[in-house]
Amino acid sequence: MKLFDTVTKKKKASEWIAFMIFRLLSFSIVGILFAILGFLVVKGISVISWDFLTMAPEEGMTKGGIFPAIVGTMALVVGSMIVSFPIGVMSGIYINEYAGNSYLVKFIRVMTNNLSGVPSIVFGLFGMALFVNTLGFGDSIIAGSLTLGILVLPVIIRTTEEAMKSIDNSYRTGSLALGATKLQTIRRVLLPIAFPNIITGFILSIGRVSGETAPILFTCVAYFLPKLPTGIYDQIMALPYHLYVISTSGTDIEASRPMAYGTALVLVFIVLIMNLLANFLRRYFGNKVKTN
Amino acid sequence: MLSGSVTSIAIILIVIFLFREGIGLFSSSEIEHGYVLALNKENTVQKLNAHQIKDIFDHEITNWSEVGGKSEEIVLFRLNDITNYVSEEELGADMENVPQALSKIVSENPGIIAFIPTEYVMKDFNGRVLEERNITLESFFLGKEWYPTSQPAAQFGVLPLITGTLWVSLWAIMIALPFGLAAAIYLSELAKPGVRKVLKPIIELLAGIPSVVYGFFGLIVVVPMIQQLFNLPVGETGLAGSIILAIMALPTIITVAEDAMRTTPRAMKEASLALGATHWQTIYRVIIPYSISGITAAIVLGIGRAIGETMAVLMVTGNAAVLPKTILEPMRTIPATIAAELGEAPNGGTHYQALFLLGCILFLITMVISIVVEIITSRQFKQQM
Repeated sequence: MKLFDTVTKKKKASEWIAFMIFRLLSFSIVGILFAILGFLVVKGISVISWDFLTMAPEEGMTKGGIFPAIVGTMALVVGSMIVSFPIGVMSGIYINEYAGNSYLVKFIRVMTNNLSGVPSIVFGLFGMALFVNTLGFGDSIIAGSLTLGILVLPVIIRTTEEAMKSIDNSYRTGSLALGATKLQTIRRVLLPIAFPNIITGFILSIGRVSGETAPILFTCVAYFLPKLPTGIYDQIMALPYHLYVISTSGTDIEASRPMAYGTALVLVFIVLIMNLLANFLRRYFGNKVKTN
Repeated sequence: MLSGSVTSIAIILIVIFLFREGIGLFSSSEIEHGYVLALNKENTVQKLNAHQIKDIFDHEITNWSEVGGKSEEIVLFRLNDITNYVSEEELGADMENVPQALSKIVSENPGIIAFIPTEYVMKDFNGRVLEERNITLESFFLGKEWYPTSQPAAQFGVLPLITGTLWVSLWAIMIALPFGLAAAIYLSELAKPGVRKVLKPIIELLAGIPSVVYGFFGLIVVVPMIQQLFNLPVGETGLAGSIILAIMALPTIITVAEDAMRTTPRAMKEASLALGATHWQTIYRVIIPYSISGITAAIVLGIGRAIGETMAVLMVTGNAAVLPKTILEPMRTIPATIAAELGEAPNGGTHYQALFLLGCILFLITMVISIVVEIITSRQFKQQM
């Protein structure tokens, strides 16, 4: 009996140690996130002001603001969403509603997975070869938007697909039984239900697009532009690229540090807000569907 | 139908355009376009590879006997050395006598190797133009030197870049793995539902932070820390890249591994507990073995994420294209090379083509990783049946 007790005690002790380690490591990850965010907030918050958000960079990026970069990032977000959202949603609907469970669907799914695994710099190369050189768009908003649009396609396709999949089959059969065509069923019944979840994917991809640097490096950005873009064939400045250049190169790196902190904070803020919003929507509508 | 296959079309287009731009490298000459290397007629050396050419022009090789010729001192000659041999008057007001002068210089110096524009080599050129060789697969994949702008022969050896990429990524995974697995176990087995609900979104937020912000954080915080900690001349090392990449790969690892662990059938867990095993024993004897293929998939995906990451690595690893000996040296990865150099490479030139080939390599690596993960996870699926 005594032997049994000591064995159990030993087991318990090793369990306690193991679980403690797991807990510690898990929470240290949270610590890392807060360290990064806290660092950026502490260093960056004093830089943020109305002027910082609405003025152009001045004196070799050491003074002024980041307005053109914000405008550029917005242009890219809008452009890439115009490219990818309709195609992505249609693709997701097709995969879930029309394609059945054939080898073709399997293949498409594998391809979508593959596309989401392709490194962002490869998209940059591809965008440069196809849109900038072959199609002759040059370094422009349209080339950058198309490149980023393809980059986020998998995100939109996957969320649409999941949104459609989660809809109970009785909605489909019910609608079809009432004499609606398949297209009508999708447009009138399924899409409205799936809409909140699809929007989640939309918001997530906005966050993704605003943070990407490598794909726009060779397709649309400029180090500094004296004026704002006027058309889709213009070059632009963008937040992530701006952060990259002012933190690694430039006339006076030390003097432009505060600008870099400010830019990083704005960028992280945009991206995190998008992520939190998506998370919130997913939960909010997730609960709603359940209570229905 | 068309919209369904849009991703497949995108992938096919990527393959076509990457290879189309990159493959030309192997039909390009080793010597810079528009130039030739000319030797004295007496010189017996027939062939020089790009590496030898570079060493000759870097004064590493100074005698023809080292490259299989007669023992003769090598005399380097570039076009702007011409005034050391002939006066400006002799060249004529419009430089019209340059071809003749070159021909004379080459014929008079037995040890000469002249790097001159093709247009100056006339029919009656009194020297021997070195046979042009194309860049070979071997020199690209096995070359140990990456000097894409060196003249007269650029060096496109990707070995240092591939090694750099692998070192940085594998170290990143080694750093991330204990944290990732611990968090996956904690989230799937130990955490109370309330804690899990808070922790999961926080970990997902880590995935949302843009890579350039990670790079910035690494540059300002991690790099100086490493420099002090290891007493290094520079803090921009492979290790700095690995640490940042580890943080970036964590969400992928945790999510995939946790999903795999959660699929362990309840009956299995309960059977183990009922037999008197502790919770910890159940975890490492039942749950981990059961979900091992999912955990492997998590690791492979994490490596994939690390290999392809560009901006963060570019900002913190120091970008020295040499074969690394330790992780505490500056290193350069494939994506960082593309990002750093493509802007300066002239469109369609050999450097440009070489960078696109790097893109092809990167693309193939990630494809292989995707397929491996596909195979691993489908096997897990079968296991469950």
